[in-house]
Amino acid sequence: MSRRVRLHAIAHARAGDKGDTSNVCLFAYEPRHYPALLRAVAPERLRAAFPSLLRGPIRLFPLPALHGVNVVMENALEGGVNASLNLDGHGKSWSFLLLSLEVELED
Amino acid sequence: MSGLRIGCGAGFASDRLDAAVELVERVPLDWLVLECLGERTLAFAHRDRRADPARGFDPLLERRMRALLPRCRARGVRLVSNMGAANPLAAGEATVRLARALGLSGLRVAVLLGDEVGELLGPDTPLWEGGTLGERGAPVGANAYLGCEQLLPALSTGAEVILTGRVADPSLFLAPMVERFGWALDDWQKLAAGTLVGHLLECGMQVSGGYFADPGKKDVPDLARCGFPLAEIEADGVAVIGKTPGSGGRVDAMTVKEQLFYEVHDPSAYRTPDVTADFSAVAIEEIGPDRVRVSGARGRPRPATLKVTVGFDGGFLAEAGVSYAGPNAAARARLARAVLVERMRSVHGYAGPLRIDLLGLRSLHATALPEPPESEDVRLRAALRAPDREPAELLLWEVEALLTCGPAGGGGYRGRITPQVTTASASLPRTAVATRVEVVEA
Repeated sequence: MSRRVRLHAIAHARAGDKGDTSNVCLFAYEPRHYPALLRAVAPERLRAAFPSLLRGPIRLFPLPALHGVNVVMENALEGGVNASLNLDGHGKSWSFLLLSLEVELED
Repeated sequence: MSGLRIGCGAGFASDRLDAAVELVERVPLDWLVLECLGERTLAFAHRDRRADPARGFDPLLERRMRALLPRCRARGVRLVSNMGAANPLAAGEATVRLARALGLSGLRVAVLLGDEVGELLGPDTPLWEGGTLGERGAPVGANAYLGCEQLLPALSTGAEVILTGRVADPSLFLAPMVERFGWALDDWQKLAAGTLVGHLLECGMQVSGGYFADPGKKDVPDLARCGFPLAEIEADGVAVIGKTPGSGGRVDAMTVKEQLFYEVHDPSAYRTPDVTADFSAVAIEEIGPDRVRVSGARGRPRPATLKVTVGFDGGFLAEAGVSYAGPNAAARARLARAVLVERMRSVHGYAGPLRIDLLGLRSLHATALPEPPESEDVRLRAALRAPDREPAELLLWEVEALLTCGPAGGGGYRGRITPQVTTASASLPRTAVATRVEVVEA
């Protein structure tokens, strides 16, 4: 059986910014969901989900011992806090943007 | 207890004060660190100093010091802070004046000077973001990120209070460890261990339950009275992260993990002026309630150059909004948006950047996700940036005019114009940056 859930159901996250680069680190609540978390944030999936936001290179840094992954997205903050007209110019809420992604779970 | 106890009593300029008082009162600290200086905060401070040469330091310095100095002195807690911002000497003098008024005679403040490096840069200085400084415009200020090496002479004066301008945030925590344990400045493993502790503490409650709660998923006890964190560090660099006893919040593997990679890119190369730290094999162990042991940071030699942040005038940001609620609110808000776009673009010929969000439909994530069809409580929020005030004032006028000239039932207009700064980064050779320490006494 497989089912689709939002990442929010299986992971928690925090976002940080440096210039126009956003980093979101995500951690699976349970180790068994770590592979699904990694699948969900694959760069090509992120770009397909948010094409008009994510315009630059995306790098993943897996943190297997902590069942987490650090996602570093360049040119992903609409110019960053220097230039963005977004209410959230730091992209603090990008953590929950990524947690809104859907992922397939094999139970 | 052989360890060194360092508490964090502020992790950003607007951080809480009552929780810092509580930390000092309830924990026998050796050091209290107040980290209050963001990149843009410093650029604003340069502008304050330009307007009044006696200012340019943290506007909350006196309030924080009034509450904390007497308590720190009574308990033998030394205090280090970057609240000196663009004018550390004036901050030192203000602290000494306050100490005299509080009857804390003999209190010594060591002021670290020399982070201001505007004179060392020229129009040809390359910027990390691309291009040169000259192409970007006239800087309002430029400061090098100083490290432990520059900060240590201030500590060794024995002063109770150390005030700085720009110092890398983790270095504010690392310097007391280096002073206590006598770590060599090329003992990369120890410096990495101490940098890990500094990185975990530098954002205050972000490691002790702040910025963490997600009701039903990640609950935090008594968030309104969240406690600031502290670390107990041993001579080998292994540390236990905790928080004010009896306070709200939580310290556990989850809160520590989230903060460990906050604003980190490559976890194996976290660069500070002191060391290149590798956090990729850090071990996080819960050893008791609200007690987490952290170890396993590895170090490599520090970067050859110092990072410099350059601030520039950023013109004006205009933000204005009006709200619609009840039946058909979303359609009325969309009509208001269309009217505003036509007014700004066609009637007034404004061609600069303009953003209009519909709060309640989609705003923060509007670029990333499509707009849902319905909501019965929607706020139009318009924003633009411009080098001068005229387009900013025009936007406020046009949004307010939507009250009588726009769709039915609009209310709750607010608008404001705020001066902006922008920042860019550059590098300087370490040898170019000369620092000195000045001690002032109450």
